[in-house]
Amino acid sequence: MIALGIEGTAHTIGVGIVEDLNDKCRVLANIIKMYKPAEGGIHPRDAANHHATHLPHLVTKAIESAKIDEREIDVIAFSKGPGMGPCLRTAATAARALALYLEKPLVGVNHCVAHLEIGRGTTGCEDPVLLYVSGGNTQIIAFAKGKYRVFGETLDIGIGNCLDKLGRYLNLPFPSGPIIEKLAKRGKKYLDLPYTIKGMDVAFSGLLTSAQKYYEKGERIEDICYSVQETAFSALTEVTERAMAHVGKEEVLLGGGVASNERLREMIKKMAEERGAKFFVPEKSLCIDNGAMIAWTGLLMYRCGITTKVEDSFIDQRFRTDDVIVKWRE
Amino acid sequence: MEGIRLLIYRGAEAEIIMDTYLGRKVIKKRRIPKGYRIPELDKRLRLQRTKEEAKLMVEARRGGVPVPIIYDVNLKEFTIVMEYVDGERVKELISKLTERERKEICTMIGKNIARLHNANIVHGDLTTSNMILKNGKVYFIDFGLGEFSFEIERRGVDLHLLMEAFSSAHPEYPDLFNYVMEGYRSIYKGNAREIEKKIEEIIKRGRYMK
Repeated sequence: MIALGIEGTAHTIGVGIVEDLNDKCRVLANIIKMYKPAEGGIHPRDAANHHATHLPHLVTKAIESAKIDEREIDVIAFSKGPGMGPCLRTAATAARALALYLEKPLVGVNHCVAHLEIGRGTTGCEDPVLLYVSGGNTQIIAFAKGKYRVFGETLDIGIGNCLDKLGRYLNLPFPSGPIIEKLAKRGKKYLDLPYTIKGMDVAFSGLLTSAQKYYEKGERIEDICYSVQETAFSALTEVTERAMAHVGKEEVLLGGGVASNERLREMIKKMAEERGAKFFVPEKSLCIDNGAMIAWTGLLMYRCGITTKVEDSFIDQRFRTDDVIVKWRE
Repeated sequence: MEGIRLLIYRGAEAEIIMDTYLGRKVIKKRRIPKGYRIPELDKRLRLQRTKEEAKLMVEARRGGVPVPIIYDVNLKEFTIVMEYVDGERVKELISKLTERERKEICTMIGKNIARLHNANIVHGDLTTSNMILKNGKVYFIDFGLGEFSFEIERRGVDLHLLMEAFSSAHPEYPDLFNYVMEGYRSIYKGNAREIEKKIEEIIKRGRYMK
């Protein structure tokens, strides 16, 4: 079975094509285009215009590079939410048009669930606790009693958003995560920063303000980046470990754009080792927002009979992770 | 007896050791280092948390809640040495009681929680595993996730957690939490209705396990 998925929740528009092979996901094509604002954060309307401009070409290119005929596609999936309204609507409109044109069924997919499913589909983990870290989202998700449930999350801003905001303050280009990571490697001095954990939740705004103050005081950028990473990632690792102990799972999966960060990977891996658990992370192109994860989750849903009628294919900006009935894991 | 050391539990953050101290049977809680954190941060967190937990226990006791007596706090080894409460865990006890006894114990639990909240303490991990019955009193243990807080939200979350713990550990007794709230209302100095509303709100948020 072959699925085509369109992702468009925030700054990335992506088209992916996947096939199921012995219940695992084989990625046939996965291409993205990322909107980068000239200054400031993401402007939803500008991002949506960007997506609308690039989408037709991305679809053609994905089908070409997958080396399939468009009629071989069995189902069209799209990111139904959560995300920015204009971006979601652009992706959904394209998906509807494609489904009608190819006369194929349509499936609306939850973006957060897709980050977890692509990990299960490509890394060999079966029942992980997912630490999903991106710009807008920071959640700890695991399967419990028929649903993907959020056991912990950020109480204010996502970790990626925290890093981007710090980057803007330090005059670094967007996205700042990779640059902060490089600078952090040259950090030597640890600066005390607020470490906020409440149960299995985290918060980063205090840490951000405090880091900005260090910058004003003239501390080295390298030391600030180093300290921010060490503090924020330690907090994320700690709540992930708590969630694993709480739900009694032995696998941990990383996902989301910030999962590309080597230091975060190292910490989660170390934590897993110390408690005798297994660590998994998909390849980078599947960690960041992408169409393949939407396609794969759509395929899983379609296989157990879930489809979305075109007239019901509205988007949901606040689509909750635990609103999804996970029929394919029953 | 002297010199017997026994690791009885190893959690994500600390290990619990049965030990002797000045001839008494005691519990030693030691916060273990975490390899994923840099040493500066690791030490800071273990130090802060050891201190905070000891403070919370002392204040809880002062507020009239039965908690283990602290014998020693060692900030170099990040340990708290405390009384060994030789009783029965409420978790195992619940099913052995009559409904009347269950009501009595849960009312006591509710009163204890109200006393904590009156002292501006939230426990942070109220489950029947963290409660021990001894000599007709319910002891609260493990203040590792506790904090000092005035917030209604934190108090609501504190109670909501216990409600969830009841429904997952003791689903066959649906009234336990109502008994707790009866006890709570009789002792809580603030507006208990406000807390109850908060609990309802938390339930509606629904991201917790059902």
